[in-house]
Amino acid sequence: MGENRRQSGMPVIEMKNLGIEYVGAFTRTPAVRNLSLTIHTGEVYGLVGESGCGKTTAAMACVRYLPKGTLLTGEVIFLGKSILGLSDSELRHLRGNRVAMVYQDPLAALNPSLNIESQMAEILTTHEHISARAAHELCREMLERVRIGDAERVMRSYPHQLSGGMQQRVLIAMALLLKPALLIMDEPTTGLDVTIEAAVLDLVDDLRREFNTAILFISHNLGVIARLCQRVGVMYAGEMVEEASVEQLFKSPRHPYTLALLRCIPSLGTDKRTHSLWSIPGRVPPLSSLPPGCVFAPRCPLAQPQCTEHTPELQDIGQGRRTRCMFYDQVDPVAFDAYLGERMATQRQAETEHERLLTVRDLKVYFQPASGLFSIGKRPMIKAVDGISFDIARSGTLGIAGESGCGKSTTARTVAGLNPITSGTITFAGHDLNQPVQKRPRSILSQLQMVFQNPDSTLNPQKTVEQELLRPLRLLGVVKREQESEAISQLLKAVNLDDTYRQRYPAQLSGGEKQRVAIARAFAGRPKLVLCDEPISSLDVSVQSTILNLLLRLQQDYDVAMMFISHDLGVVRYLSDNVAIMYLGTICELGRADQVFTPPHHPYSEALLSAIPIPDPTVRQARIRLQGSVPSPTNPPSGCRFHTRCPRKVGAICEQTPPPAQEREGHIIYCHIPWEELKSAQTTQA
Amino acid sequence: MESVSIPARTLVRPAPRPMSLTRQRIILTLRNPMAVLGIVIIVIWIVLAIIGPRLRPYSYTDFAAKPWTSPSAAFWLGTDALGRDLFVRVTMGARLALVVPTTAVALGVLLGSIVGLATGYYGGLLDDIVMRLIDVMMAFPMLMLYLLIIYAIGPSAINVIIAVAIGSTPGIARLVRSLTIDLRTREFVAAAQLRGESGWYIMLREILPNISGPLLVDACVRVAYAIFATGSLGFLGLGVPPPFPDWGQMIGEGRGWVLMVPWAPLWPLIAISSVVIAFNLLADGLRRAGWVD
Repeated sequence: MGENRRQSGMPVIEMKNLGIEYVGAFTRTPAVRNLSLTIHTGEVYGLVGESGCGKTTAAMACVRYLPKGTLLTGEVIFLGKSILGLSDSELRHLRGNRVAMVYQDPLAALNPSLNIESQMAEILTTHEHISARAAHELCREMLERVRIGDAERVMRSYPHQLSGGMQQRVLIAMALLLKPALLIMDEPTTGLDVTIEAAVLDLVDDLRREFNTAILFISHNLGVIARLCQRVGVMYAGEMVEEASVEQLFKSPRHPYTLALLRCIPSLGTDKRTHSLWSIPGRVPPLSSLPPGCVFAPRCPLAQPQCTEHTPELQDIGQGRRTRCMFYDQVDPVAFDAYLGERMATQRQAETEHERLLTVRDLKVYFQPASGLFSIGKRPMIKAVDGISFDIARSGTLGIAGESGCGKSTTARTVAGLNPITSGTITFAGHDLNQPVQKRPRSILSQLQMVFQNPDSTLNPQKTVEQELLRPLRLLGVVKREQESEAISQLLKAVNLDDTYRQRYPAQLSGGEKQRVAIARAFAGRPKLVLCDEPISSLDVSVQSTILNLLLRLQQDYDVAMMFISHDLGVVRYLSDNVAIMYLGTICELGRADQVFTPPHHPYSEALLSAIPIPDPTVRQARIRLQGSVPSPTNPPSGCRFHTRCPRKVGAICEQTPPPAQEREGHIIYCHIPWEELKSAQTTQA
Repeated sequence: MESVSIPARTLVRPAPRPMSLTRQRIILTLRNPMAVLGIVIIVIWIVLAIIGPRLRPYSYTDFAAKPWTSPSAAFWLGTDALGRDLFVRVTMGARLALVVPTTAVALGVLLGSIVGLATGYYGGLLDDIVMRLIDVMMAFPMLMLYLLIIYAIGPSAINVIIAVAIGSTPGIARLVRSLTIDLRTREFVAAAQLRGESGWYIMLREILPNISGPLLVDACVRVAYAIFATGSLGFLGLGVPPPFPDWGQMIGEGRGWVLMVPWAPLWPLIAISSVVIAFNLLADGLRRAGWVD
């Protein structure tokens, strides 16, 4: 891999001392400062960093696709030609023909009212002036090259008829149609499930070899970067802080920010009892008011007085590496870990009390698709949750994992009373919860709260933080009126925010801060059970670990039980006492965390586990690719729900009879394959 | 080796202090030339409506001079067929033209918001029934609807307000309903339900503030339209009964002699157009200042 860099040819794009400054109505934001980088043909260059570090802005500068009034300094040279001086029409030609982009949200990038063929062919007919027939052939060929089996059908489809992974493949095919010299991919897999992500990454790697394209790959996921890139640039607050080959970077980072990023990722080997997750204190400084000296100094555990006095330059340290740290030779993973161990010595030793707080038995939640006043007949039910049972112990944590659309969120919302129950029972501390949230008594409401997924919609944009926290305090009668203000301060403190946040509106908070306020709001009523519906999945890694640690600490301090939903198995493993793996409305495996994460696994859990990118480029995992996408919950497969995609399917029995529950010491696997057979097959393979 | 870094940090200003969304929008509105032009025109008309009739020694019913006197120093805009001062009548008419449509639209916003919030938030059978009724109302040509109402309850300023308010309710209700349907699925609404807020609190305190922007822009367009509508009713003789100077009615009266005394219908025509344009400019300016998103 390291040799690839040598053999890779000519530079495709070079940025020299690039500076980009946004001029807004109220502020001027120097989004990128003094950035220099070069990408060669056949090379995947990774750009990492938390959000707000200027990664996307830098990429947009490659094609000068920036809002009007943006100030640009320095130089961008594309195939030997400076693009900062190009006219608009030259730029348009360049954007269409020589540079292509793939964005994070494939559905937003595709036109919903045109079928795939017209969108793809349009590119060819506009730029290359070829006949519709020839365009059709080229499109089909390109779709096949991005491993779409049924290209003809896909070309006739509309974007909404394709799965997320399919859409992303179509976008990549569109991007490659004109054989661009540079492909810019901006978090192309962030919105995808792990199984689909893995397939897309493989595809990108194949395409790089095949077309010899230079690829600029932006991601905040270091696992993805490790798997795909040859060289990596780490950006922080608009500056490049380190650049190295991927092996060097992961083996011996030479900037504390890189090291800290690497230590933020919960990986499968760790759980909360033995290993507290490191998080970078503080957050990216607002670009409109940067600290003096090294921009990372305020958050840097290795910072020295000189760091705030002198502004470090990006210096060459040999072997093609560059770093902006003045004390790069002191960046040592071992010393760093020792420092962490001492600083985060808080060990959580929760004795598992086996008292049941929440009991769910044979829960079914079906939805009737909307039908108008005059529509004839009823449409078939959507079986979002179809007969699941589990318990949550007092102060315990149940993690629920599974691909999107498997019914995780529906389960949480139903327990919260936001969805009606079709059948089954939910018992909470002795009370029957079979009633919608509007009918529940206050005493129950205050004990059962929820933290939601989307930081942008979890807070009312028109309310200040103080107003948001005051309502639950007042409504749930937690404290007397005179103590409300004090209680708000305490809540803010509990989530590591200070009183200056009281008068802020959500627009003035970062994603992580919004989620902290939402967590404070959930804990305001002194709950007994907090339902967390993917609370961290849309946050940056560094913020993710902060929020995880925060949730853990609050759980301990307030002695609450949690239901934690995530599609990230590493996170689930780290947090949970018990884990349930869901697939298409049913639970396929349930047990203690250590049981679920060691063989035997349900074949579906096995596939999920194998799809997790490990942030270490030297490890090549044996990956299991699941074929196809999740079937429709309107008409789920008979027998075992997973049989249509199961790599270990035994035969007709899987299609006909629902799988039996095989139990050993509280660990339940719903599968037709006998326990011992699963175990031996999976241990020998691993 | 490294070239001099760009002096980005010297350009930096201190971070802005927390500002509510509404305040930001107001500042942006006041920086928008279209919105400011609209506001200026509307303010000029408000001032004229208040002091205009007092600037001249005649009332709007006085026969001040010979019919059809040309504009002069004594009669700034001339006189009409009965010799009444047109300046006094146009500025007096402005009181009506400003108060009636805005009151009517305000009423319509009130009614429409109640209907839209309730149907959008609760959905179900209520939503189905009310929305079909609204479809029926919207199927009528608007002017026909006004005529029907005015014929039924008789012409007067109050009745024009009632007619225009009823006429604008369905459209506003639909707008509010669709915005509500979008907002009620937001997580902050679920959070409010989880802490036991009543339906009213959620509709009025969680949802309504978030739709007030689009509602305001829509209301401005509707006021402009309502000025036209009241003008049309006046023109047809179904507005405020004479002798009160209704602009539409003045155009109707002056229409017959337009070749001999062009100014008689011209002044009220200019008046109506300028106010309508002003409200449309304001609506456009508000939209660009971010009131809609």
